[in-house]
Amino acid sequence: MQENENISHEHDDDEHHEHAHDDNDTMEHTHEHDNDEHHDHADHHEESFIRKYIFSLDHKMIGKQFLIYGLIMLFVGGGLALLFRWQLAYPETPELEGGKPAKAAKPLPIIGPSQKYIDDGEVVTGADKMWERIYDSDKEEFLEVNMPSGLIEPHFYNMLFTMHATIMVFFVVVPILVGAFGNFLIPLMIGTRDMAFPVLNMLSFWLAVLAAVIMAAGFFVPGGHASAGWTGYAPLSSDPQWTGVGWGLNLWAISLLIQGFSSLVGSINYITTIINMRAPGMTFLRLPLVIWSLFIVAILLLLAFPVLSSALALLIFDRLAGTTFFTSTAEGGGSSLLWQHLFWFFGHPEVYILILPGMGIASELIAVNSRKPIFGYRSMVYAMIAIAFLGWVVWGHHMFQSGMRPGMGAFFMTTTMLIAVPSAIKTFNWLGTMFRGSIRFTTPMLHAIAFVSMFVIGGLSGIYMANTPVDIYIHDTYYIVAHIHYVVFGGSLFAIFGGIIFWFPKMYGRYMNDTLSKIHFWLTFIAFNCTFFPMHILGVGGHMRRISNPMQYEYLQTFEGMNIFITMSAFTLGFVQLILVFNFVWSIYRGKVAEKNPWNVTTLEWEAPTPVPHGNFAQIPTVYRGPYEYSVPGEESDFIPQAQPEHAPASAGD
Amino acid sequence: MLGWLPENISEYAQGVDKLFALIYWITVVAFVLVIGTLIVFLIKYRHRAGHRAEYIEGSTKLEIIWTAVTTVIVFGLAMLSFPEWNNLKSPAENPDYVVQVRGEQFNWYMIYPGPDNELGTEDDLELENELYVPEDKLVQILLTSKDVIHSFFIPNLRQKQDALPNQTIDTLKFQAREPGRYEIPCAELCGFGHSGMLGYLIVQTQEEYDAWVAEQWPE
Repeated sequence: MQENENISHEHDDDEHHEHAHDDNDTMEHTHEHDNDEHHDHADHHEESFIRKYIFSLDHKMIGKQFLIYGLIMLFVGGGLALLFRWQLAYPETPELEGGKPAKAAKPLPIIGPSQKYIDDGEVVTGADKMWERIYDSDKEEFLEVNMPSGLIEPHFYNMLFTMHATIMVFFVVVPILVGAFGNFLIPLMIGTRDMAFPVLNMLSFWLAVLAAVIMAAGFFVPGGHASAGWTGYAPLSSDPQWTGVGWGLNLWAISLLIQGFSSLVGSINYITTIINMRAPGMTFLRLPLVIWSLFIVAILLLLAFPVLSSALALLIFDRLAGTTFFTSTAEGGGSSLLWQHLFWFFGHPEVYILILPGMGIASELIAVNSRKPIFGYRSMVYAMIAIAFLGWVVWGHHMFQSGMRPGMGAFFMTTTMLIAVPSAIKTFNWLGTMFRGSIRFTTPMLHAIAFVSMFVIGGLSGIYMANTPVDIYIHDTYYIVAHIHYVVFGGSLFAIFGGIIFWFPKMYGRYMNDTLSKIHFWLTFIAFNCTFFPMHILGVGGHMRRISNPMQYEYLQTFEGMNIFITMSAFTLGFVQLILVFNFVWSIYRGKVAEKNPWNVTTLEWEAPTPVPHGNFAQIPTVYRGPYEYSVPGEESDFIPQAQPEHAPASAGD
Repeated sequence: MLGWLPENISEYAQGVDKLFALIYWITVVAFVLVIGTLIVFLIKYRHRAGHRAEYIEGSTKLEIIWTAVTTVIVFGLAMLSFPEWNNLKSPAENPDYVVQVRGEQFNWYMIYPGPDNELGTEDDLELENELYVPEDKLVQILLTSKDVIHSFFIPNLRQKQDALPNQTIDTLKFQAREPGRYEIPCAELCGFGHSGMLGYLIVQTQEEYDAWVAEQWPE
């Protein structure tokens, strides 16, 4: 491939750039991009704080920025979920024929006023004082409009679940998986100095920040935030008269447009980097699976996001310019189904964007911790390509009950069911990788095992929905909610947690505290299952999603106890995540210092010094073998790094 | 799990519950096999001092076997489901009764054609949130919406269909076996009143129904 010329500048003054010494003397600065014949604009100078931490061009820093961004948004999105979970557990019970006795709703804890205040207006707690002030003021306060006396208004409820899903999908899982892991891992694992387009990379992050700011602003405009669901079905979304939401939904659309640009810019960068900048000897079939997954996901992002962007643009026209793309009127006009086709044509590949990098991360963790090559490396790659391809021809399975021609149902059922095949291949290969291994139960491995088992549940529950007759019944029920959370939380998020703990030593040069990590893992695993497994049962019972008060339905009143249990588990799940945050922040400064390759891994990122300097490698490594050479017979060490010169048997990848 | 399904009173949709049960048992068996294997592997192949992992890169034979087996199962399942789907989502042939249902934020309006059997005439009867039908008769619903998308969901009939604004969908039909009062929630987010958008299906014996008709349209 490219020549490996490399210049390492110690802090000397041969350049007319300014040198300000970094506190961290382990930071060695190596510069220039290895595919450049000229290395003039490499940053020879010591970077200022702003250059280094804010407007950084270094892929590792941008990766960390995306990680922190994603984790912050995770708490925002999770907090919204806790608010509406409270409402679902303790709503008002109306008087129904043959139903449970009527009961008032329970106000939110902490925010809500005390019972005394509600009964006779006596101020007891601090919250009472706050409500007293809010009710006395003439202004329309946020709390007064959305949760008067700590009770969530139905309109606010719709806003909450809309924003919960929007934030989790677009501002948490994609930024962490693609933005953080993609940025941090791609150049390191393919053996190059940085991304192909560092400035675009920075742009990608700051566009994401802009999108988040705009999204957050939506809560505070008159009429409130978007409340048409994260799927934004038209005409509920396209005509303000049906929701009363004005600029909230416009901002939602604009923010997602910007987030789309951010992803687009990032994906172009990833694709270019992976195609052009692999280290010598790093053939495609020697790429670690996580890089394969990110490569495939980048292609999906590149092709899928423009579809959403177009749909959002049409939506904005409908809302602001009086067009009727998504409204059929007596005189003609467009069709509400058009939105669904466009949205899901984007939306289904998006679902795979959310899970494929998780699969990649899990593959790394399982191979490393089983001390074995990936079972069926090639079929793992082909399975991911198959999933990515099938992702384009299954969007109609979200629309079986939409009024789409029923004949289409048969086609979409078949294609959807076919996805079970590559998914099963992947699962069996993970099991095959553990077979006759020497499994180390490190915390990342626990997360990977959780990923596999939760993905199995999420995958199997998908078969019910793919099956059109059964889907008639479970469509739009909590069964769907359970399924998506088993895939995206049980799948992607466990992979994310495992990945963070696994690569933390390379990111920050220190370990995360293992005891805290283990406590966090077990509590999360238990609370997650207590939260989301019962949702399958709710779904089978016919509990609709997106209703703010199940007690209004006689046949759902039996589920009151289950809803309370789910809410309690969800709160536990939420608070347990504070352990992760504490551990993360504490370990950055106080964690045990990590050696260069603490987990004995073969792939290239562990060849780089810790912490990884600007420019990554002192010398660009040459790759001699596939990424999973563990426990090779006749070798003393149980792993042979990809960059270790030839003396071992030929690798798996060739 | 299957016990949580509400009572199925549909003549047509008994097959849905059978498919549900079939998939349930397939997935339970698959789950037990996969997770069982996982647990056995985790115990058996845990790290022990002096023990080394075996270098295995894969097995084409196994890949072919599990690809083929999964493909056969999912195709078989799809094949079994086609007739049921067509049965449930085709327009009714010679329905005994036709009722128009209109979703409108946040109610279901049921429009009966009246004695002349024609919709859009003067003797139409419009009821709010109450759908009266006789038992064991084939009822066709012409589903539409005035404003946004709603979804007409009758859990006890295993039927659900989105109602689209300014379009009429004629593929919704049912035959109810048990007299009684059943709920018809809206299953598609339709605005701030979505929760609580609720109608009732009132299934009566033929005599009761005829009496009800006589009451509504006195000679």
